[in-house]
Amino acid sequence: MMKYLFTPRAATYGVALLVLLFLPQFLSPYHLMLMESGLSLAIMALGLNLLLRYTGVLSFGHGAYFAAGAYAVGLLHMYLPDQFTFENAILAAILVSAAVSALFGFVCVRHTRIFFSILTLALAMLLFAVLEKAYHYTGGSDGIRVPIPTFFGYEFEGMRRFQFLIGPYYYVVVGIFAAATVTMLAVVNSPFGKALQGTRDNELRAEMIGIRVKRYRWYAFVISGTFSGLSGGVWSFVNGHITPEISNWVFSGEIVYMVLLGGFMIFEGPIIGALLFTYLRLYAVAMTEYWMLIIGATLIFLVLALPGGVTGGLYSLFSRLKPKRVS
Amino acid sequence: MVLIYTLNGLYFSAFLFLTSLGLSIILGVMGILNLAHGSLYAIGGFVGAYLIGMMAQSPMPVTLIVAVLGAVTASGAVGFVLETTLIKHMYRRALEYQLLITFGILMLIEDSIKLVFGGESRYASAPFDAMGSIDIMGHTYSTYFLFVMAAALFAGLLIWWVMAKTRLGIMLRAIEMDREMAQAMGIPMRSLTIAAFVMGSAFAGLAGVLVVPTTPAVMGMGMDPLIMAFIVVVIGGLGSLRGALLGSIIVGLTRSFTVTYFAELEMPLLFLIAVVILIIRPEGLFGQK
Repeated sequence: MMKYLFTPRAATYGVALLVLLFLPQFLSPYHLMLMESGLSLAIMALGLNLLLRYTGVLSFGHGAYFAAGAYAVGLLHMYLPDQFTFENAILAAILVSAAVSALFGFVCVRHTRIFFSILTLALAMLLFAVLEKAYHYTGGSDGIRVPIPTFFGYEFEGMRRFQFLIGPYYYVVVGIFAAATVTMLAVVNSPFGKALQGTRDNELRAEMIGIRVKRYRWYAFVISGTFSGLSGGVWSFVNGHITPEISNWVFSGEIVYMVLLGGFMIFEGPIIGALLFTYLRLYAVAMTEYWMLIIGATLIFLVLALPGGVTGGLYSLFSRLKPKRVS
Repeated sequence: MVLIYTLNGLYFSAFLFLTSLGLSIILGVMGILNLAHGSLYAIGGFVGAYLIGMMAQSPMPVTLIVAVLGAVTASGAVGFVLETTLIKHMYRRALEYQLLITFGILMLIEDSIKLVFGGESRYASAPFDAMGSIDIMGHTYSTYFLFVMAAALFAGLLIWWVMAKTRLGIMLRAIEMDREMAQAMGIPMRSLTIAAFVMGSAFAGLAGVLVVPTTPAVMGMGMDPLIMAFIVVVIGGLGSLRGALLGSIIVGLTRSFTVTYFAELEMPLLFLIAVVILIIRPEGLFGQK
């Protein structure tokens, strides 16, 4: 335990957490809300990266599990309003997304490479089509409104959404985000995480030394999907409204974009990516009507010139600047 | 009425065939799933609608021919530029980069269309109106729909002839089967991959220009066709011509009949079919392992 507490990484985490906790003193309310959105998306980016970086498969339909989490919250409010507390909502988001990803993942993990991506995409679009067409149950393309919940019995009666979001909810998001990050770090460094990387590097050899490849990949899929569901649940309160669009493949594409923007070869890359993407899109939308041009051009630049993402670029810059040892 | 539903279904199929053909060629020859395919379709639509609007005074066949040629050329040219500047760097890259670059291109093209043509919808129903309708066993049916089916049939035959009988097609199939071996036999890979990408893009443009007489060109018009073509390619098999034809007919007829009887089930059912086929035969009905 002690050897993990006094490492440069742990120190950086401590500083980052302190900065996050003091951010409300410096940021304008508007930027604070964006930060909440970015932090909740970061949880999903971490989840996606468990598959991309550590398992070696690319999901192009992770919006489905995000939507499963968000709709679990929305439907809980719609059908069981008296059970609509924050803790129940988050629990529902986790359980429903775990169930959906266990079901979808079961068929997806039998494939790799482009077949895996295509299958995840098709399944996400299936969920999208169901959410959109079943408007008697899900509100269709109008979506569902998500109001302020009670919080372990404490009611925010009379508080406006805006005050709730820039006040207490920010700390809730930071707390969940921190817990999720530490959990994911533990997962990837566990024997299970190492075994996953083994299946990624050489599936046959992993199978030969007794790792049940498909089963491990399935576990990774469920963990990844559950992180996305948690992310969707947390995010649904920030956004206050959910629509089927979050299960559309375009949103799933944006998640992959976030992960690559931050850099998927470094554990913290997806977090940076999710935050950067949130702000990048905001500035692009605010700056011009042609924001997709900016986002698209950035993406193409990233793929061609900076495949390691922002963190990968910084890392190689630092290692180049570091004075070389004479051997 | 079943006759009309069948005809409507075949009309959907004709469109799907034209759209999925290009996607399938690019996937088969280059191994790249082109997410920007719908945007190339939209370019065809907007250019076609613009030309039809411009030439309102000319006789109809001339307008239609100019619009089709213009749209196909525009999409093909954009495809050429994309391949030679961006896509050519992607063949050796990992899957995530291949998918993301076409995703980036999609966003780039969508906004470029907005920049060039303005954000508003463009109507170009002149060819549809001019062709009128005919009587089929007591039901009136628009001639334009029949024209589109004929066009798709012609395009299908053309591509079949190219792939089966010409030197170009034989070389393309060789690349599909075994890239390395094809290269070792001295097949000019560069020019052929460009040719395949331009051909695929041009087919997307053709589908786009043929749709604007029935529904106006609007922003984001390529999104639905992309996802439909994607289903067709999944059902038929990656990179298979026969598969694209059969997949289009399955999807087109399913769509036509579910829209009529259980409208809400249409999209979920199509995705369900695609998912089931992916699970039991991931290489599609006609794909090779």
